[in-house]
Amino acid sequence: MSAGPLPVRTRAAVAATRAVNGLSRRARAGHGTVAGGRVGLALDPLLLERLAAGRLTALVSGTNGKTTTTRLLAVAIEGALGPAAINATGSNMPAGHVTALAAAPQGAPAVLEVDEGYLPRLVASLGPEVVVLLNLSRDQLDRTSEVRMVASKWRRALSASPATVPVANADDPLVAWAASGAANPVWVGAGLSWREDAVGCPSCEGRISFAAGEDGGWACACGFSRPPLDVRIDGDDVVLADGRRLRVALALPGRFNRANAVMAAAAAVAMGAGCEDAVRRIGEVDEVAGRFAVVGVAGCAARVMLAKNPAGWRELLDLVCPGERPVVVGINARVADGRDPSWLWDVPFERLRGRTVVATGERCRDLAVRLHYAEVPHRTVRDEVAAVRAAWMAGRATAATGPGARRAPPHAAATAEGPVDFIGNYTAFTDLMARATRTGA
Amino acid sequence: MSLEIVVVHPDLLGTYGDGGNGVVLAQRARWRGIAAELVDATSGVALPTGDLYCLGGGEDAAQTASAERLRAEGALERAVGRGAVVLAVCAGYQILGTSFAGSDGRVLSGLGLLDVRTVKGNGRRAVGELLAEPADGRLPLLTGFENHGGLTIRGPDAAPLAEVAAGVGNGDGTEGAVFGRVIGTYLHGPALARNPALADLLLSWATGRRLEPLEDAEEAALREERIAAARERRSRHRVRYELGSSS
Ligand SMILES: [Zn+2]
Repeated sequence: MSAGPLPVRTRAAVAATRAVNGLSRRARAGHGTVAGGRVGLALDPLLLERLAAGRLTALVSGTNGKTTTTRLLAVAIEGALGPAAINATGSNMPAGHVTALAAAPQGAPAVLEVDEGYLPRLVASLGPEVVVLLNLSRDQLDRTSEVRMVASKWRRALSASPATVPVANADDPLVAWAASGAANPVWVGAGLSWREDAVGCPSCEGRISFAAGEDGGWACACGFSRPPLDVRIDGDDVVLADGRRLRVALALPGRFNRANAVMAAAAAVAMGAGCEDAVRRIGEVDEVAGRFAVVGVAGCAARVMLAKNPAGWRELLDLVCPGERPVVVGINARVADGRDPSWLWDVPFERLRGRTVVATGERCRDLAVRLHYAEVPHRTVRDEVAAVRAAWMAGRATAATGPGARRAPPHAAATAEGPVDFIGNYTAFTDLMARATRTGA
Repeated sequence: MSLEIVVVHPDLLGTYGDGGNGVVLAQRARWRGIAAELVDATSGVALPTGDLYCLGGGEDAAQTASAERLRAEGALERAVGRGAVVLAVCAGYQILGTSFAGSDGRVLSGLGLLDVRTVKGNGRRAVGELLAEPADGRLPLLTGFENHGGLTIRGPDAAPLAEVAAGVGNGDGTEGAVFGRVIGTYLHGPALARNPALADLLLSWATGRRLEPLEDAEEAALREERIAAARERRSRHRVRYELGSSS
């Protein structure tokens, strides 16, 4: 589709999208992200294609890290290409994309987070320049999103869109399978800590064997193996195929955010940004949509984290353990979370032994039973704010009277008043955020 | 001598958190002073000898791969012949039957440890809370979450595990199947975390001992909540049905 003046019908649809979003923002009915997009799409079903035409577009998809990587990529290309249209709040289906594009000037680049299931449709209709493929693992169980089926749909869509460059995590066999159908993939060694969904070979149904260690590669007897890497992580460095090393001083915590950062950097380069500039800009991002921020909750401070599936939980438990802060774990099981919380048994909560732990959320009883069998002493407080408060008080009591109290240096009181860690699944996280205040701490 | 608890093919049948059944069994044994060893038996290695085997749910292709591997090996059938106890959930339950439907509609052979066969359902997957009244009156209500497309038809040698009180189960008003010391069920949750009495029944079969009760306060609180949720869901469905039929 060529760029040019938008048809009258489209201009009306754009105006309606903006107007509805303005209204819903003013009415505080929502964040103005989806309602306007729906109205716009109803007026012009081809609105998304028309709004994307003539823009340099990157789509970001995968089970974990979409929102963060989308934001990092938008930041990374800003120096080279200017501010990008971005659906920053995780509204990752077409109505959210329309809203993002309608709000941006014509011709600005677009970086869009896309739901895994919608990706094939968007690749076909938008023909994006770049598609970032992060990882694929089990997500909400009762949605029957069988990850191998998703991988083969991605593969078909990419094979049919030869101008699209996939920037793909070569360490995930399902992602490698999807991207190896494309003409010129960029292979990134971003790591894969959750291998439980990757042992079945997508090429032959045989078994993939993984070499020992995080970046040891993988191969199947049929010959399908990890592609040679164009970009990889080595400690805090990004290493390019020509051997160049760039130090990434990342403000965001955790191994998984290093993986998101290297994927974003590789994609920024594929979109035309300079590698050094992209990496420097990525390093400065310190929170994404509130995640990892320290917020105020009823007079207590909490560092808030979101985990949506077992792979994400494992990453966050790695991040908070070892540590001494009290931990609040919040679990809901609404439609957006998946209505069956059985996946709690795939998460190694045993790692929380020795910590002050509070179970909260609508399904705190499922979590309490899981913690009981993990032999993690805990309290169960259904209300999230009350749970944060309980953890905060318990943390201060421990610091004042615990075994280390007498030996503690004078500044220990400051540690005791440090934030508690809150990890929630999707609606548990958003519920707490709706009741929290930003402290900027 | 320690109790060997084998989680069968967690790499293929581990999609629905059912590996938790092995954890529950091992912990409930240990808490009573019975040494227990929990073994994850991935599909790449020979199935180890055990006293208790747990099979879980999985995706269609993985289910087929697991069934083929188990059939070729014959080790689970030999273990059952020796008196081993088996709990199989969802895809694992279907594998234990005489046949089940593959993703492409093909009829695949199961292990024949339960006299049931599973055919493709006609339409919607059964997804939601499942509540069932056990045929064995010594067990309390069974609660769990079901998520399957198949209909399971029992033959004369398979007794139902329970009668459905809310949800779908096998599809004929019964839930699960029992033959000897082999139990198949559609209950996820995992089943034994939500139903500690069922865990203790399996443990008493495997150890030949009467087991003293455990405190189970958190399990009781969870059961109370989920049983109420399943009943509420059923009564909502009824109301909708009655409103629908009167108009
Ligand atoms: Zn292969």
